[in-house]
Amino acid sequence: MLKYILPLILFIVLAVFLALGLNLHPSEIPSPLIDKPAPAFSAPKLQAPEEKLSPTDLKGKVWLFNVWASWCASCRSEHPILNQLAQQKAAIIVGLNYKDEPEAAKGWLAQLGNPYDVSIMDQDGRIGIDWGVYGVPETFVVDKQGVIRYKHTGPVTPEDVQQTFLPLIAKLQAEN
Amino acid sequence: MKRLSIVLLLVLSGMACAGVEYRQFASPEQQEAYESLTSELRCLVCQNQTIADSNAELAADLRRQVYEMLQQGKSKQDIAQFMTDRYGDFVLYNPPFKLKTGLLWIGPVMFLLIGLIAVFLFTRRKKTAATVEISAEKQQKIRSLLEKGDQS
Repeated sequence: MLKYILPLILFIVLAVFLALGLNLHPSEIPSPLIDKPAPAFSAPKLQAPEEKLSPTDLKGKVWLFNVWASWCASCRSEHPILNQLAQQKAAIIVGLNYKDEPEAAKGWLAQLGNPYDVSIMDQDGRIGIDWGVYGVPETFVVDKQGVIRYKHTGPVTPEDVQQTFLPLIAKLQAEN
Repeated sequence: MKRLSIVLLLVLSGMACAGVEYRQFASPEQQEAYESLTSELRCLVCQNQTIADSNAELAADLRRQVYEMLQQGKSKQDIAQFMTDRYGDFVLYNPPFKLKTGLLWIGPVMFLLIGLIAVFLFTRRKKTAATVEISAEKQQKIRSLLEKGDQS
């Protein structure tokens, strides 16, 4: 009897492991920064380099921090969705212009529309390292206390906006 | 033609060198720390390479970060902590033993044990199968058959 059941059990165990493996997303690395204060920076604004922005300037507001670059192909597919999200004015959208040429970045915004309330420059990628950025685009949601509550890796889709971002923003806006 | 190709090769070899990073270290210990750290940290873009091996831009940035922190006198532990604070344990090729990484560490030992137990069980079963007693009558028959075979 065992002779017949053992292969079956082995098969089921193997199938379970393979099924789990198929549903893993190794490219999505969970960020250790969730529920931690947003890493500090003081970075020049893309449109006005003499002015600087730091996360403390945004205390008391819910904001999205979107990492983008004009060289990044998936940012292009994400861009119209950000434009739509910006029109809803659910939260402030801050752009981190990651390892980009300011002129190329400005040209991209002029051509495709600017969903960002403000974009800051990170030409040598140091702010990116502090935020654990490893792929562009990435989007963080920061609450009124300046704590990171969510991180999305890869381009944001309309489904993500409807199912994840808008409900979360509404919840965070209701918090004090 | 030959001269042209030699000139071309010389020019191209210069371009190949342009990608190499030159780092100056205060001491051999510091260089050793740099080399061991960069070969223990995972490049998060091309996940099966270390930041020492990878040509990805992020890997270059992280190498620069490691180098700068060493210059500031930070220890290897400080730098590993700096990286895990930002990228999680995944950035370490040698992750610490935790509840979350437990299966990773225990898994191979577990499979070895399962394998050893299986080998033990199977060999024991074979041994018992091999020592089946043959009755005296059958032995007699076998002997007579063998003898017959010899005659023909």
